[in-house]
Amino acid sequence: MSFVMGLNPMRTTGVKQLWRHACRLVAAAVTVAAISQPAYALIELDITQGNVEPMPIAISPFAGSGLQEDVAGQISQVVAADLQRSGLFRPIDPTAHIQQGMNVGTMPRFGDWRTIGSQALVTGSIAQQANGQIRAEFRLWDVFAGQQLIGQQFFTTPENWRRLAHIISDAVYQRLTGEKGYFDTRVVFIDESGPKDVRRKRLAIMDQDGANVRYLTRGDDLVLTPRFSPVSQEVTYMSYVGGNPQVYLFNIETGQREVLGNFPGMTFAPRFSPDGQKVIMSLQQGSNANLYLMDLRTRRTTRLTNTAAIDTSPSFSPDGSLVVFESDRGGSQQLYVMNSNGSGATRISFGPGQYSTPVWSPRGDLIAFTKVHQGRFMIGVIRPDGKGERILTEGYHNEGPAWSPNGRVLTFFRDTVGEQGGPQVWTVDLTGYNEQLVQTPNFASDPAWSPLLD
Amino acid sequence: MSKTLFARGARFAAVVAVCLVAAACSQTRPELTSGNSSVAAGSGQDFVVNVGDRVFFLNNQSSIDGSARAVLDKQAQWLQHYKNYSITIEGHADERGTRQYNIALGARRAAAVREYLVAKGISPTRIKTLSYGKERPVAVCNAASCWSQNRRAVTVLNGQ
Repeated sequence: MSFVMGLNPMRTTGVKQLWRHACRLVAAAVTVAAISQPAYALIELDITQGNVEPMPIAISPFAGSGLQEDVAGQISQVVAADLQRSGLFRPIDPTAHIQQGMNVGTMPRFGDWRTIGSQALVTGSIAQQANGQIRAEFRLWDVFAGQQLIGQQFFTTPENWRRLAHIISDAVYQRLTGEKGYFDTRVVFIDESGPKDVRRKRLAIMDQDGANVRYLTRGDDLVLTPRFSPVSQEVTYMSYVGGNPQVYLFNIETGQREVLGNFPGMTFAPRFSPDGQKVIMSLQQGSNANLYLMDLRTRRTTRLTNTAAIDTSPSFSPDGSLVVFESDRGGSQQLYVMNSNGSGATRISFGPGQYSTPVWSPRGDLIAFTKVHQGRFMIGVIRPDGKGERILTEGYHNEGPAWSPNGRVLTFFRDTVGEQGGPQVWTVDLTGYNEQLVQTPNFASDPAWSPLLD
Repeated sequence: MSKTLFARGARFAAVVAVCLVAAACSQTRPELTSGNSSVAAGSGQDFVVNVGDRVFFLNNQSSIDGSARAVLDKQAQWLQHYKNYSITIEGHADERGTRQYNIALGARRAAAVREYLVAKGISPTRIKTLSYGKERPVAVCNAASCWSQNRRAVTVLNGQ
């Protein structure tokens, strides 16, 4: 997809500057609120304060010329859905818009948008090009300042329309929050079908909103715990090919699959290093599981732990210097942080219950985990020093968090009670207030987020 | 099955039957009666029905308790007799844990059974272990009665 900054091009702006813009937008809202509107809270992305009041935003249905009329409408719907699911925005129903029939060139009547309480406005047009491509243009407006915040255009093939929508969502999200978006991403997961005692499990991939599901394995072999490379279109996962459970590397673009290493036992719980050049995993050795690191270029393996315990679910800090993992070396499953060479392991979880599946945030500030206490399964976060534990969701069975690439949202799976029950993929943001089900064709588990696509 | 093997099997079955009579009062498998002599001795069915192919574990545990020992003693005896079988011990966990840990827990249970059988004289070269974690439940209800059935290690015969 080619990407052209057009229409009043803007330079890449730093987070601070974007934050200022976001503040100005909100500040304007407050000024008006004194006259006729309830005050809207500031978009609070340092999410430790609890609930966030979503920002009202209008996405005017995009104009489409000729064949692209339907696509145009769908793109603006996907943008609205993305922003709504983030929990930070409240798209205003298009039927409530006063100014109708806008295209990207239409000057907004800002008073009309203020009247319906909108703080920001997105307009756009989709046009067919002679070469079969479509040209997409959009603008983001600050309704209260009466200013354009973004103007961009893109050229792509019509099949790519959903990605186009996600890219626009990311641009809006980034401009208004100062954080990178996560909409133009995919999620690899385990598709589960059939009765509970003979579940067929397939490696699958979908867009982050559940669209475009594609199967990567056929279901002949049990597959588990896929993890996305942070730098490439590769996935590492566990497969029972030939009745010999091992960690594999899978290239999504070529379909090529290879076993990782020549270990004398079962390997499992793999995860990439932040540079994508290594895979850390567990090797089962008799009653114990120890952590090993494999360099993907040299194929050399290094042993990192050596205890009479189960050490598993390793995850690197974003700078690669530390590893968090779970171990029952102290008698029950707890979280430990060690240096990436295996030295200096220190326990960081001390609450009641068992802690499992730690995952380091790409921002570095938090570690997400599954916690089991008194038969309840929770998803929570804790600081790497073991302080500040917060539970984001709790229930019969929640498991296996994975971070969005911007470190603001967690995806996980939730199993439901009963013989007919099964796992589904959910997301929750760091407030814990915004839980969203990701619709999938079958049961689904072990979601893992891709980096932002190129 | 060869004639010799069958003869040996029949003799062994007689021995087992005697044991069963003695054990019937205290054992955990009351369904084992002399009626099972219709099962071909030394067959896979013989192993499952008359010996018992699985043992169970307490929550989060991998230790071999008394009733598991009784089953594994019989397994060892049977495998000593029918030396042509190799086995795979499949370790399992219930669904009330996380996936990765349960894979390791199932492996730990399989390893515990392996160690026990080896201590009883079964050659380690005949034994393979495999963990399915919580991925292959046999009982699917959401109750302790089902979870206890799923916390198991199953000895699977690999043919002769």
